[in-house]
Amino acid sequence: MGSIDLAHVFAAFWNGAFGSSFAFFSITLVRATPLLFLGLAVSLSFRAGLLNIGADGQFLMGAAAATSVALAGSSSPRMMVLLGMLLAGIVAGCAWAGIAAELRRRFGVLEVISTLMLNFVALYIVAWLVRGPLQEPSRTYPQTESFAPPARWPLLFPGQRLHLGFPLALALAGLLWWILTSTAIGFRVRSVGANLRAAASAGRIDVERTFFGVFLASGALAGLAGAAEVGGLTWALYEGISPGYGYTAIAVALLARLDMRRVVVTAVFFGALQAGAAAMQRDADVPSVVVTVLIALVVLGVLAGTRVRELATARSRSVHAETL
Amino acid sequence: MMTSAIGAFLAASVRTASPLAYAALGELVTERSGVINIGLEGVIITGAFGAVAFAGAGGVAAGFAGAAASGVIIAVVFAFFVVTLRADQIITGTAISMLGLGLTGTLYAMAYGKGGAALHTPTMSPVAIPILSDIPLIGPAFFVQPPVTYALYLLVPVVAWWIYRSNAGLALRAVGENPEAASGAGISPSRVRWKAILFGGMMGGISGGVLVLAQVGTFAEGMSDGRGYIAVAIVVLGRWRPFGVAWGALLFGAASALKFLAQAMGWALPYQLSLAFPYVLALIALATLRGRAVSPEALGQRVAHVR
Repeated sequence: MGSIDLAHVFAAFWNGAFGSSFAFFSITLVRATPLLFLGLAVSLSFRAGLLNIGADGQFLMGAAAATSVALAGSSSPRMMVLLGMLLAGIVAGCAWAGIAAELRRRFGVLEVISTLMLNFVALYIVAWLVRGPLQEPSRTYPQTESFAPPARWPLLFPGQRLHLGFPLALALAGLLWWILTSTAIGFRVRSVGANLRAAASAGRIDVERTFFGVFLASGALAGLAGAAEVGGLTWALYEGISPGYGYTAIAVALLARLDMRRVVVTAVFFGALQAGAAAMQRDADVPSVVVTVLIALVVLGVLAGTRVRELATARSRSVHAETL
Repeated sequence: MMTSAIGAFLAASVRTASPLAYAALGELVTERSGVINIGLEGVIITGAFGAVAFAGAGGVAAGFAGAAASGVIIAVVFAFFVVTLRADQIITGTAISMLGLGLTGTLYAMAYGKGGAALHTPTMSPVAIPILSDIPLIGPAFFVQPPVTYALYLLVPVVAWWIYRSNAGLALRAVGENPEAASGAGISPSRVRWKAILFGGMMGGISGGVLVLAQVGTFAEGMSDGRGYIAVAIVVLGRWRPFGVAWGALLFGAASALKFLAQAMGWALPYQLSLAFPYVLALIALATLRGRAVSPEALGQRVAHVR
């Protein structure tokens, strides 16, 4: 085990995430983009009390579907290809989440288990696609060919890699926040999440239907993330296109306390974490998988913090009751 | 040709099933106490890492001890959050999976080089059981296996006996069905759940040990490869019963081994899709078997009082 100079490691981390405008706009924010979409997807489902652990699989299916459109429409007008990719991502993510939603509604299969299983199925489908029907023409590498220019999403600033996906995700964060706080649909979602039985016995809210809708919407967001990733950043589909974004998104959502506005902040935070970790591996020889440990610790920290606060309120309440 | 292919398929099924059965048997006990540990994936990979770390120094036996101990250690973290802090089981489990995968990946890369240079541990070789191994097809499949697999043949009935016939097993089931009532009868739900989770951790750790010490002979980042999640599905499939779980593990072993059979028989099934088959099978099985009706009543619920 080599000795590790902590100052050197931290400097590498900082430079990788914030050290220059390129580091921030082309690495940190680019990494944050899928996390933002997926963090919204996870937050939405968790808000309704639905444990969709399958954002990763929905992301992959969205990426695969958008890739198919990009490859098929390489000579079509740009606007059509872009809209087609968006739509394909949404539909594929929706469909993949729909399987788990249907399994829950019809057969009572726990969504936690079904979405986990579907993640692996999606992983192997992508592995097959990039070695089979979608493999690049020379048939050497397990990836698709690079998209033609019309299928590449517009970049925001010259010389930077930040793409259309980021403002799109920001807009969605605002939209979801508005829906959740100010519309009847949002009220339904929040009531179902807050108290299943009360919502059902109030009679006005169809709990299972709300679950179903939330599941599909969550899948749509995740699928869109996949489309944005291939269209805006990689311009190709390959195995390992998601280094577990769907799982990181759980940390993004929890750290934001499932608040759509805060998800923007936490997504950028985790984007920076990943950008910094990649630089740490490159410049300071620290394995980047250490980020996974950090993410896990953040989730555990949030859980512990929440519980401690809950217990404290419960205690002060009971003390209060005793004094009465 | 046909029989030898089927014989090899059966043997591969049993081989693939044994780490799954260890993990699922442990998870079964955990779930019977009312706790679902999705973090089993992290427990298995931690066990695999412990096996490599200890087998290098002390051989196969030390490797298994290290695997079991490592599984227990990470299960302590899970139990602390879920039982003592009463945090959400699914979210904690997801974090534990990430913790196990991340920690072992990091430690392995730091200790054994960036590429995780091929590190070979001693392995346990198959031992043929006289007479039984001479039975055609079944014999070579079930009775020419490493001793850990034979231990499993004994463990399944022992766990079944323990759950259904012993006082501790009765307490376990009581806590899983109705913790408040169990508590009224003088049983501490928290203590029972702690023990059940640690047992699950030990078995999950051993599962990782089997993977390393009886099969692969080395460690690789992420080598648990979804087995923890499959094991959780197997418990549902086996309807929370030890023998059911054993059959479920065998079924999944067969589903995973199908890729060998497909190759031997020359079926045109793309390799990557054959890897997805066990997961598809799990979904179909979960949908058709209606597991929810027989699950422990309090599964996934936090116990209302802290003690």
